[in-house]
Amino acid sequence: MEINSFVIFIAAIFTSNILLTNFLGMCSYLSISKDMEASAGLGMAVFFVLTFTSGLNYLAYHYILVPLNLVYLQYIIFIIVIAAFVQLLELVIERFSPVLYYSLGIFLPLITVNCAIFGISLFMIIRNYTFIQSIAFGAGSGLGWLLAILALAGIRGKVREKMLPKGMNNAAISLIITGIMALAFIGFSGVVIIQ
Amino acid sequence: MKTKEILKQSIFTDNSICRQILGICSALAVTNLMMNSLVMGLGVIFTTALSSYTISLIRDYTPRSVRMMVQTLIIASYVIIIDIFLKAFFPDISRSLGPYVGLIITNCIVMGRAEAFAQKNKPFDSLIDGVGSGIGYMLVLLVIAFVRELFGFGSLFGFKILGDWWTPWSIMVMASRAFFVLGLLIWYINYRSLPKQA
Repeated sequence: MEINSFVIFIAAIFTSNILLTNFLGMCSYLSISKDMEASAGLGMAVFFVLTFTSGLNYLAYHYILVPLNLVYLQYIIFIIVIAAFVQLLELVIERFSPVLYYSLGIFLPLITVNCAIFGISLFMIIRNYTFIQSIAFGAGSGLGWLLAILALAGIRGKVREKMLPKGMNNAAISLIITGIMALAFIGFSGVVIIQ
Repeated sequence: MKTKEILKQSIFTDNSICRQILGICSALAVTNLMMNSLVMGLGVIFTTALSSYTISLIRDYTPRSVRMMVQTLIIASYVIIIDIFLKAFFPDISRSLGPYVGLIITNCIVMGRAEAFAQKNKPFDSLIDGVGSGIGYMLVLLVIAFVRELFGFGSLFGFKILGDWWTPWSIMVMASRAFFVLGLLIWYINYRSLPKQA
């Protein structure tokens, strides 16, 4: 089954948004979204890392693990690839663009334990994407994640915490807002379909 | 600390999902059916318990700078065991859980317990703490799954509970509902644990 990579890209942003339909990357999503600037920084970092690691993990899986018959080691290899890439990226950014490093730098270590990155690699293997499709999927998912966290940060900025019922301030209200956002995103379903 | 205290603390007072907002990703994704939640919960109990135990055993020999990597590798090894076990004995459940079994590795609960507890405590205490955190996680999962499966399919563990008169609320099965159920649950628990005002 051959799906156009562009379709996968669009679908990963809207119809099967990684956060709103697959619930990946929730932990950092909930804790960072208080602050608009930090959300944008983390979102950019996720987008960046996802695009590259989905490609790298595709290569690692199909050119190292499959020929060597070591497919059951995929979890360990993926984690190592992601961790190594994040470290490398940190070094490169620090060397060549200090400005970018200061805005992105603190978020990079957080990315290694972000389940979105790891989850996308697993989804890509399960759905049998080709190399180009994997990169489109990774980039689309990253953008989708960025979109979701910016939307939540924007909404949370408008919520007046004092008006909420007792005990509902932080996580509870964020989850409920996210639920409403997910409902709204159902409106996109049917535009493009992938599975 | 006594075993009972550790258990009580990690299951209830410091419940990972509700009190510390950790491990949300998988908690939401697998809770459409009770059966999936149960298997996922058992998997997490197994992983947290044994990885906490192992990490605690070698805590004096691991250099601080590489400890994250060591922890991740230990956790990943246990998750691979679970994955292979499920594929061999419960292929259906393994397929419906899909990538979420693998995602136990990046489940913040496992890592959180390793960092917060196993680094500083004796192996046996860490084992108990891991079991407790896992049980706390499973309880929350089962509560959410109970609501979602009952209203979404009219069944529990695949058995029909509500008769034919029941119209399934398809919204319960959809992603957005999971956010609402967990949000309301966290609200309720926070509300209950607020200090009583005179």
